[in-house]
Amino acid sequence: MALPPPDPQFVLRGTSAAVHTLHFSCGGPEPDIPLLFSGSENGFIHVWNLKTRRVDTALDGHGRKSVYCVETMGGKDRLLSQGRDQRICLWDLAEGRTSVTDSVFTEHVGFCRCSLLKVAQGRWLMAMAARSLEEVQILELPSKTSVCTLKPEVGAKLGMPMCLKLWQLSCGSQPVLLAGYEDGSVVLWNVSMGKVLSRLICHQEPVMSLDFDSEKAKGISGSSEKVLSIWSLNEQQNLQVYKTHELVNAGISHITIRPDRKILATAGWDHRIRVFGWRKLKPLAVLDYHTATVHCVSFSDHSNPRERLLAAGSKDQRISVWSIYAQT
Amino acid sequence: VCFIPGGLDCSISFVSHVLGKVCVHGRQKEILGVLVPRLTDLTKSDCIWQRICWRLVECVPDRWMEAVVLGFVQRAPGADVLSRLLGNLVVKNKKAQFVVTQKILLLQYGHTTAVLQNVLGYLSLDSLRRTLLLRVLQELLETWSSSSAVKHSPAEQQLYISKAILICLSHLREPEIESCRQELLTSMMEGVKCHLDSSLPQLRRLGMVVAESISLKLNTEGPVLKFEYEEDDETRELKSLLVQTPSFCVVPSLPDDDRSEKADTALPLVPESNEKSHTAALVMPDEELDAELDSDDDLVPYDMSEDKGLKIKAPVYIRDCIEVLTGSRSEDVDKWEATVKALESLVRKNPAATREVSVELAKILLHLEEKTCIEGFVELRQRAQVAVLTTDPIPVAKYLTSQFYSLNYSLRQRMDILDVLVLAAQELSCPKFHGKTKYSGAQKPSIQLLPGSDSSKDWRRIVDERIKSKTRRFNMGQSHVELASRPNEFNSVAGYFFFPLIQHFDRPLTTFDLLGEDHLVLGRLVHTLAILMYLAVNTVAVTAMGKALLEFVWALRFHTDSYVRQGLLSCISSLLLSVPAEHILADMTEELLETQSWLGDVMEKDPDGDCRRLALQNLLLMENLKKKLEAVPS
Repeated sequence: MALPPPDPQFVLRGTSAAVHTLHFSCGGPEPDIPLLFSGSENGFIHVWNLKTRRVDTALDGHGRKSVYCVETMGGKDRLLSQGRDQRICLWDLAEGRTSVTDSVFTEHVGFCRCSLLKVAQGRWLMAMAARSLEEVQILELPSKTSVCTLKPEVGAKLGMPMCLKLWQLSCGSQPVLLAGYEDGSVVLWNVSMGKVLSRLICHQEPVMSLDFDSEKAKGISGSSEKVLSIWSLNEQQNLQVYKTHELVNAGISHITIRPDRKILATAGWDHRIRVFGWRKLKPLAVLDYHTATVHCVSFSDHSNPRERLLAAGSKDQRISVWSIYAQT
Repeated sequence: VCFIPGGLDCSISFVSHVLGKVCVHGRQKEILGVLVPRLTDLTKSDCIWQRICWRLVECVPDRWMEAVVLGFVQRAPGADVLSRLLGNLVVKNKKAQFVVTQKILLLQYGHTTAVLQNVLGYLSLDSLRRTLLLRVLQELLETWSSSSAVKHSPAEQQLYISKAILICLSHLREPEIESCRQELLTSMMEGVKCHLDSSLPQLRRLGMVVAESISLKLNTEGPVLKFEYEEDDETRELKSLLVQTPSFCVVPSLPDDDRSEKADTALPLVPESNEKSHTAALVMPDEELDAELDSDDDLVPYDMSEDKGLKIKAPVYIRDCIEVLTGSRSEDVDKWEATVKALESLVRKNPAATREVSVELAKILLHLEEKTCIEGFVELRQRAQVAVLTTDPIPVAKYLTSQFYSLNYSLRQRMDILDVLVLAAQELSCPKFHGKTKYSGAQKPSIQLLPGSDSSKDWRRIVDERIKSKTRRFNMGQSHVELASRPNEFNSVAGYFFFPLIQHFDRPLTTFDLLGEDHLVLGRLVHTLAILMYLAVNTVAVTAMGKALLEFVWALRFHTDSYVRQGLLSCISSLLLSVPAEHILADMTEELLETQSWLGDVMEKDPDGDCRRLALQNLLLMENLKKKLEAVPS
């Protein structure tokens, strides 16, 4: 007899706007407070204290335009945020400061979230959608120098890039980029040479979100249709469809795989969060709390596995935080 | 007829005279039936015979030239044969040139496509004659693009000219197209405009096909003009003319052709494989290779039985529907969609509630625009409107007819009003026709044209059938089974549907002038009135309606648009069918006699075939009426 799905452990209210992006920063040693960063449609980034469950700070750096991506860069003192004001801002939050130290003017008017990858101590690569319709630009941070621009060939008709994931097989190996495009295809790019390694058409509709497990060389993508597509990367760096999973309702905004690679969560347009086992994509739970589209899901990076959390941000302005499958 | 070959000098001119005389007396078929095949064979490889043949036709006196040339053109099995037989006759002889370039193409239109192919192919086969081909094309295009020609010439002639244009285009080569590019483009633009203005769908389609073909010829690469229309045999035939198959004589298909055809179908289509892009090729997960422990078994799934597809509930009360449809909450599009889909059934289930808010609902529906992309939105809206109108006919009819003549409505909305009135009237007068609409859902065409809900065509068919059945029924008795009877709901409201529509047709508004530019709407209005008249049979108001309709028809009888004239003639048919004979006799005799003479005129002289046929039908109906009245002892 299966148990009914759990209720959220707690719910964060107070953003006063739809929540578009979430990022945990809970990995620090004991005196550090576990934090959750959230970006909202009103342009604010809220820093939530997970002990008191209240907002510690609200950052206003995008001119009241929606913030749709937040990431930390090596710790909670450095934050990167991307907004609809066409800017990516780098923040310095150490010692109570709340200042923007640098910003990149992307000229991108879409919703494609950038992707960060740490390549060396103090050096990151960032992939972001550029001004031109189909291009993805790779910048090195913090120097903001352009590493390359990934342009699809003429006639490829990929459309806009919708979601990006930079990764490398191990520290020091070639960074590669997985990009999901408007035409429903996922493309694997070799970043240093700037050319396409493989392209796979996984969906009939635009790819809304993707995530990749570099250990198992398997990835998953979701779209505005009813199908989740799981694909794998073989030794020849070719993408192949591994499996598809049909959903009850169409539309996925975000997918994320937990860092231990055991489960993954999807944020759906049908207001529900779905949890699956990653190995076989076994449906595990359907978390039905929100009353509007869920925009983002994020797993926490707690060092103690039992404290791990799953957070979901929705258009109904709430952030639900769940503790689910934390015992494994 | 046998010619003496070789060496001897013979006088051909006598033979030409004989040929000419025979042809002009109408015996082309007999003489050319023998002559042409013989000459075809003889001239195939023998130059001397070719010269003889050319001399033969050149010597035919001018007064008989036309008959001879026409005969050859009709009998020749192909353009190249014609070329061998006639040579450069068109260049050398003025009369022949006139016949070939002007008479056959512009002044006559009864010839078959094969004849057109012959003539135009013949012109294209020799460099001396090609200048004539270009000139012919220009003249054809001039006619095609002239608005008065489109309005007044019969549909068959326009089809003929279109075919000729397409065949000419198929013969033109690149440098020639380049040289007359500008004229082609200008004529195409003007011609397309005139054709699209026409109220008859066949002419519009003709215009679209020809314009597409011209555009295709002008820009071989790059975007071409593309219209959206229903393909039928006519359009397919026209398009096939644009491609010239290599001209061989009509020979029974050689076995080679059959073999090559089969070879084509046997070759499987090799898909283009781009090594960088893979379509979804499923790779079955190999269970044996999974040596890892199935750690997923540790994860126990929760109960997911509640997880079902999302269903948005539509409102249950009419007033809630109104709130959703007029609501400013643009967020709730799902609810809006569900409301639009559920509205018709709600209205029909709650007549009392609907009657309280009927005019308001009608107003909302008339102005309702598509917020999201629902399938069949236009049909849903129309059905809801019909439901509202049938539930509360009088106030809603008053509202709709007043809005028809108001400012600031689009033509589409005005025609929607007419459609809704007709459908509701149909439903009210025959309850068993409950809510059946025949509407092909709105499309998103590459070039936006008014989607033609030609319910008038269906009605024409029904009226025709009724006329047919009626003309026979005078001698036979009631042979069909009586259907269950109900009070005629249309009786009490027919007047409210009809009279307001007919009242203000001659009063132009700033944005809407029925007698001026908006003749398409006038056509639809006239057809609507005809249908309403037809449906008003057995109502009390029918005689008054008949009189008003007769006056209306009389005022508009010389309208230039054929669609409007067809509507007027349908009105007369409906009138004759619906108004009881005694009332016609009592109230409308003089008017009907005048109408009869007008109908006779239309039947003889109207350029449109449909109009002539309708006029004839009306005259027959009148005859029957007269006979019926004479048969009844008064």
